[in-house]
Amino acid sequence: MTVLDVRHLRKHFPLRRGLLGRTAGYVKAVDDVSFSIEAGETLSLVGESGCGKTTTSRCILRAIRPSSGEILFRTGTGEQVDVAPLEKKQLRPLRRQMQMIFQDPFSSLNPRMTISEIIGEPLLVNGMTDTTIRNKRVADLLELVQLPSAYLNRFPHAFSGGQRQRIGIARALALNPSLIVADEPVSALDVSVQAQIVNLMLDLQDRLGLAYLFVAHDLSVVKHVSHRVAVMYVGRIVEIAPTTGLFNTPWHPYTEALLSAVPVPDPRRRAQRIVLEGDVADPSNPPSGCHFHPRCQYATDRCRIETPALREIAPGHSVRCLRAEELSLMGVPAA
Amino acid sequence: MADEPILSVRDLHTHFFADEGVVRAVDGTSFDLHSGRTLGIVGESGCGKSVTAKSILRIVERPGRIVSGQIMLRRQNGSTVDLTTLPTDGREMRSIRGGEIGLVFQEPMSSLSAFHTIGNQLMEGIRLHKDLSKRAIREQAIELLNMVGIPRPSQRIDSYSFELSGGLRQRVMIAMALAAEPRVLIADEPTTALDVTTQAQILDLIRRLQQERDLAVMLITHDMGVIAEMADDVVVMYLGKEVEKGPVDEIFHAPRHPYTQSLLRSIPSVLAEPRSRLATITGSIPHPFARPGGCPFHPRCPDRHAECETTVPAEVEIGENHVTACHLYTKVPA
Repeated sequence: MTVLDVRHLRKHFPLRRGLLGRTAGYVKAVDDVSFSIEAGETLSLVGESGCGKTTTSRCILRAIRPSSGEILFRTGTGEQVDVAPLEKKQLRPLRRQMQMIFQDPFSSLNPRMTISEIIGEPLLVNGMTDTTIRNKRVADLLELVQLPSAYLNRFPHAFSGGQRQRIGIARALALNPSLIVADEPVSALDVSVQAQIVNLMLDLQDRLGLAYLFVAHDLSVVKHVSHRVAVMYVGRIVEIAPTTGLFNTPWHPYTEALLSAVPVPDPRRRAQRIVLEGDVADPSNPPSGCHFHPRCQYATDRCRIETPALREIAPGHSVRCLRAEELSLMGVPAA
Repeated sequence: MADEPILSVRDLHTHFFADEGVVRAVDGTSFDLHSGRTLGIVGESGCGKSVTAKSILRIVERPGRIVSGQIMLRRQNGSTVDLTTLPTDGREMRSIRGGEIGLVFQEPMSSLSAFHTIGNQLMEGIRLHKDLSKRAIREQAIELLNMVGIPRPSQRIDSYSFELSGGLRQRVMIAMALAAEPRVLIADEPTTALDVTTQAQILDLIRRLQQERDLAVMLITHDMGVIAEMADDVVVMYLGKEVEKGPVDEIFHAPRHPYTQSLLRSIPSVLAEPRSRLATITGSIPHPFARPGGCPFHPRCPDRHAECETTVPAEVEIGENHVTACHLYTKVPA
């Protein structure tokens, strides 16, 4: 069952210049992005900073209003609703069904509230006014994220980063959402704790059939959590594929370069890397044709002129590159 | 490792004296830095890796101070000086800091001034350590920017740090660190704030400059991947203690301390099967004021026994240049 179906999503931020604030152009932060997520599935959005992955997730949660496109969300009653054009009031009943896990567990929990208040707040706001019933639900949620119920009346400062992230997850799960948007949920954590949270997210997904939109820059973590991965570059998806296909046989030169840049924790594999020249293109003034061409070692004159379309090149595997068939790109080495 | 080390740290203890108690941020660390080699210092938050670097540079903030130990620097003229005995703000320490020892921090945003052009900051660094004319200093600054791979250096020298991307800022930081031609470079999480592709560029740059200048590099990171990529030798730290120290290949392929072993098992890898669960280390890093007695890792250790709770394990040599501090090895003859 498709929980989320995003079609031709665009978010263009106006660039204002001068005293009168005239619009001098647009930053195409998200530029024609389409993907879908099934129940029980994780789709990861990856890319460098400024690629539009966070803006995409903020559009889906309707923290910001997209410029155009559809965001079809399947509600608890089974009907598909386009949340893109909805007003604040209409969004309210839908918000409980799509929840967010934040990056920084230190700033995302209110320091003046106890754990029981933090997790119980969404329940209270949504009408669970009976304290006994609410506390029972909060205790169940704590158990779900493997925290002792003795912690109920403590404040966030008493917890480590990993425990706080569990609290954030419990709060996100309080209203039985079907979609969780997780923006860099483990990147602020220490390695030994990161592993615990990754496993917890995998377990919760298997138990509750959650759909995850996982926004991350760390491809190693992405490999451990994703069913499918979408790679973004300057506002566009350049490749989207099942995890194994994307890591083993990438079809886009940018994906190849990203994979090659990940340091592998084995000193015997100090491979020759593809070191990309320069920086990510400026989204307010992107290069012509394929946005990646100035940094692409395979670029030809055609790439400077023609804008490649996203096209399916293998089952479930789409790529936005004019030369995909001609190239034979390197994935990660076999383990 | 036949040659003499440039910098030797011996049994360094740096403690922080807070109202709530004493935090033993660095609690007995010893290692050597050699020309042309990279020492990786790896560990999770609170392990003391950054305080170790700050101790060497004598920039530990109050209420912290070096309690005991030696930091022996072999100087350019052949003499050896113990940095722990020098006044923090004295002339000698100032000429060493940023002079013989260059440093690169994690945050290129906050370590550069927003009020001065990068050229101004870079030229100040050169002026402090070299006696040159204004024009020569500017030429040298442009040369440095060129060396660290900044395009159009003669124009970029007049830009401000906020006009540059994170990768370029980190290149400027490296240029500043190398301005006085140091022989030791301390890099504290130099690529943590950067994207992977930029990280690859910066690591490449550090490697190239090391070869060109025969630098001794001390690379501090939490990222085992970066260590595997860059280091010749590795120190693994946990709560201020070095738990294992050895050549990079042995640390990754024959780790002996249970913490090193668990840490290596728990890191996600691009080589893993998709959707595979990670091995975990139970619990979390203790609060610095609630440091466990005995071996600091014992509450989380899969191999702990009674002795670990009471006695701090001594370092045992378990191979050539490979030592570990764990009771599993204290009884068996090395």
